[in-house]
Amino acid sequence: MSYIIDRRLNARKKSTVNRQRFLRRYRKHIKEAVEDAVNQRSITDIDKGGQVTIPRRDISEPIFHHGNGGVRKKVFPGNKEFVVGDEFRRPEGGGGGGGSGSGKASNQGEGEDDFTFQINQDEFLDFMFEGLELPYLVKKQLRDATEYETRRAGYTNAGSPDKIHIIRSLRAANARRIALSGKERRRVRELKKEIETLEARLPDDDASAQIATLRLEIEELEKRIHRLPWIDDYDLKYNNTIRVPVPSSKAVMFCVMDVSGSMTQSIKDIAKRFYILLYLFLKRNYKQIEVVFIRHHTHAKEVDEQEFFYSRETGGTIVSSALNLTADVIAQRYPKGDWNIYVAQASDGDNWDGDSDVCGKILQSRILPKVQYYAYVEITTGPHQNLWLEYQNLQQGWPHSFAMHQIEEPTDIYPVFRKLFERKTEGAA
Amino acid sequence: MKKKEPISTGAEWTFDLINRYDEEIGRIAEGFRLDTYPNQIEVITSEQMMDAYSSVGMPLNYNHWSFGKQFVETEQNYKRGRMGLAYEIVINSNPCIAYLMEENTMTMQALVIAHACYGHNSFFKGNYLFRTWTDASAIIDYLLFAKNYIAKCEERYGVSEVEELLDSCHSLMNYGVNRYQRPPPLTAEEEKARQAEREEYVQRHINQLWNTIPQKQAEQLPKEQRFPKEPEENLLYFIEKNAPLLEPWQREIVRIVRKVAQYFYPQKQTQVMNEGWACFWHYNLLHQLYDEGLVTDGFMMEFLHSHSSVIYQPPFDSPYFSGINPYTLGYNMMHDLRRICESPTDEDRQWFPDIAGSPWLDTLHDAMCNYKDESFILQFLSPKLIRELKLFTILDDAASPTLKVSSIHDESGYRQIREDLAAQYNLGNREPNIQVYSVNVRGDRSLTLRHFVHNGQPLGESSDEVMRHLHRLWGFDIHLDSVMPDGTLYNSFHCPPRQQELIEAV
Repeated sequence: MSYIIDRRLNARKKSTVNRQRFLRRYRKHIKEAVEDAVNQRSITDIDKGGQVTIPRRDISEPIFHHGNGGVRKKVFPGNKEFVVGDEFRRPEGGGGGGGSGSGKASNQGEGEDDFTFQINQDEFLDFMFEGLELPYLVKKQLRDATEYETRRAGYTNAGSPDKIHIIRSLRAANARRIALSGKERRRVRELKKEIETLEARLPDDDASAQIATLRLEIEELEKRIHRLPWIDDYDLKYNNTIRVPVPSSKAVMFCVMDVSGSMTQSIKDIAKRFYILLYLFLKRNYKQIEVVFIRHHTHAKEVDEQEFFYSRETGGTIVSSALNLTADVIAQRYPKGDWNIYVAQASDGDNWDGDSDVCGKILQSRILPKVQYYAYVEITTGPHQNLWLEYQNLQQGWPHSFAMHQIEEPTDIYPVFRKLFERKTEGAA
Repeated sequence: MKKKEPISTGAEWTFDLINRYDEEIGRIAEGFRLDTYPNQIEVITSEQMMDAYSSVGMPLNYNHWSFGKQFVETEQNYKRGRMGLAYEIVINSNPCIAYLMEENTMTMQALVIAHACYGHNSFFKGNYLFRTWTDASAIIDYLLFAKNYIAKCEERYGVSEVEELLDSCHSLMNYGVNRYQRPPPLTAEEEKARQAEREEYVQRHINQLWNTIPQKQAEQLPKEQRFPKEPEENLLYFIEKNAPLLEPWQREIVRIVRKVAQYFYPQKQTQVMNEGWACFWHYNLLHQLYDEGLVTDGFMMEFLHSHSSVIYQPPFDSPYFSGINPYTLGYNMMHDLRRICESPTDEDRQWFPDIAGSPWLDTLHDAMCNYKDESFILQFLSPKLIRELKLFTILDDAASPTLKVSSIHDESGYRQIREDLAAQYNLGNREPNIQVYSVNVRGDRSLTLRHFVHNGQPLGESSDEVMRHLHRLWGFDIHLDSVMPDGTLYNSFHCPPRQQELIEAV
């Protein structure tokens, strides 16, 4: 006797726990792989899964086994021309399968290439957020890219009291009362007809006696009708609402960065993380995002991402050139009504002395009125220079759309965002 | 006899059809006296198959990162198309659980039913190793107990703590089996009932062993009293019972790993026979179906195609060669055994006087029940098969610069090749022979193990790592001596490593 069972619908992902354990154990390796990926990848596909490679020897599970050496015999199939006593050189390595070592050893020989596997988007972001010290709520927000809107969707029989639909409820009650009292009302109508015919025979004693009993019966029936509850639990109707995912509108993100000689690659890497966070944050809030890269030394130029992060320039620094270009691009391509505009500027704080107040003016007049948010990060461990002072003045004028922060190491990136998130979560609540 | 209607003609399977095939195959199997546990056939998806792969084929198991690693690797290989998944997995349990993948065609499902549900199943029920070492009706319950117990420990003592312990146990898993002593069968209820009792008893016993308060009688005993009195081959058992510092829950986990190792031990020892038996029967059962007209020609073509690729043996110089294919060897030996019984040649009569011409079904059943790979090959590998597979032996002596062909498939080589091949399936030769030798009970509590060197083969390079795991379990110094057959010391390992200079200075 056999039992045949369809298990295909059983719980999936049975190995998830074991997989998590594995990832936890090799977090160091995975973290390195993720860091690499962050540095190599374009900002716009940062939140895909990734490939992780771990050296095979690091994940081997040790057991006692025979090492090389000693005398061993092995039987092989498919002899072609060998006869007893033939001798030949040991094959190099375990590769050819010619004969050295046991089966186990040659398996290990083949297995020498590194252990490579995929991690998914969530896992990738988890590892990337590590070290940025994001609060859990924010991590969650960044991961859930869809936004929902509550919409009305008809009526239901269950719900919370604040959603009762009064008209529908009373209509239902009325219908119920009509339905439940049908028999009684029909009887009342019949009795009334009978009374009418009897009344024609008045003044007959017999008839009036009958009329009296009929009247009593009618009264009884009407009482019964009256006893039907006026409104009952199952009459209640509630407004139904459902959550539907909605695309939000468009956003554009300007990445502005100083690429003069003083910006080292490590400063740029920190800046890149900053841009990535901003990008992920925007991605959660907007359906369509464009990213514009503007780099500058003494001139500003709109470039692609590769050039933005990895080409080197030398020379002085005039920040206003980049701000002017940004303002121009906004004016030409991103009209304020259609786009939510975000600007993120990263710099090491250097600027040509006479330029800082120009920057202030451009921001004040051409940029800040049009943008949702302008974030300036200064990645430096040194003292602040004139640009910082100039911007500090601006901050007082634009408390909601201008933020500036000094970053010394990656953990400092998050506080810059805190303000932004605060505002957004208020809006969502 | 009038030909019957075939059961099915298309490639698509349905539950009704699986049922029909199972009934017919079961009927034929009964005719061949295949005695099986009841079958539980479960249809699963490829993802579930990967889950099953990574928990060593069991439907449930405790959690450990190494299973996760296995899963990740399987998934990666499968997605890249580097490997196909097995068509089936079958579990030695009662009822016998067999997994069928939903992607299989009807022919493949029928093949799998014949192979797993009647071939492997009857092997599990009949073979002496499985009968004595495993209790098919209890294993699922026991694994459930183990999973829950370990989960509870993780909650109470922390995941990392438990993980470290499991790592250490896994590294010694091959040394967690009794090779010679027969174990009592394990049942889940018993385990649970006796567990508390055992914890307490063992702990008390340990405390006595490590008691340092001097006792008068003890001093009168001769100084050189050994512990253990006899060397112990089951390292995990020894640790479970005697490690001085383990907590009761840790002993229980050591025990769980040991029990699981013991359960899988017969499978390691009967791979060739088990697969050979299953292949032999799927081949015969499906042919019988064909002879009765229950399957179509197309069915047979597809079946024969997969059958022949399963039992294909690439020659040693092929890029696909990775050792002797146990399916090939097993199937051919079973098939050959039937031939020897049914139509023996003079050679067979000379080599196998007992079985040549005997009723084939009796002989095969006897072979299945009473042998393991090593003894099966030693007993039944015929010269004819050695010639057909063109077997030859390579002698690899590290002392000589060259490899040497020591025997080939000729009159003078048959016996030697048979012995060599059998030895290759002797687990005692494949794994280094390491035993608990002595414990310094009165001194530093160090544990000394002895490795008995076989054919001059030294220990592999991960031994130091395993020593550290042993040290974690035992809690005090570990010494491992590799000893040559003549009693001389070959080399030795110490954990923590011994500082050579320090010793020399003293």
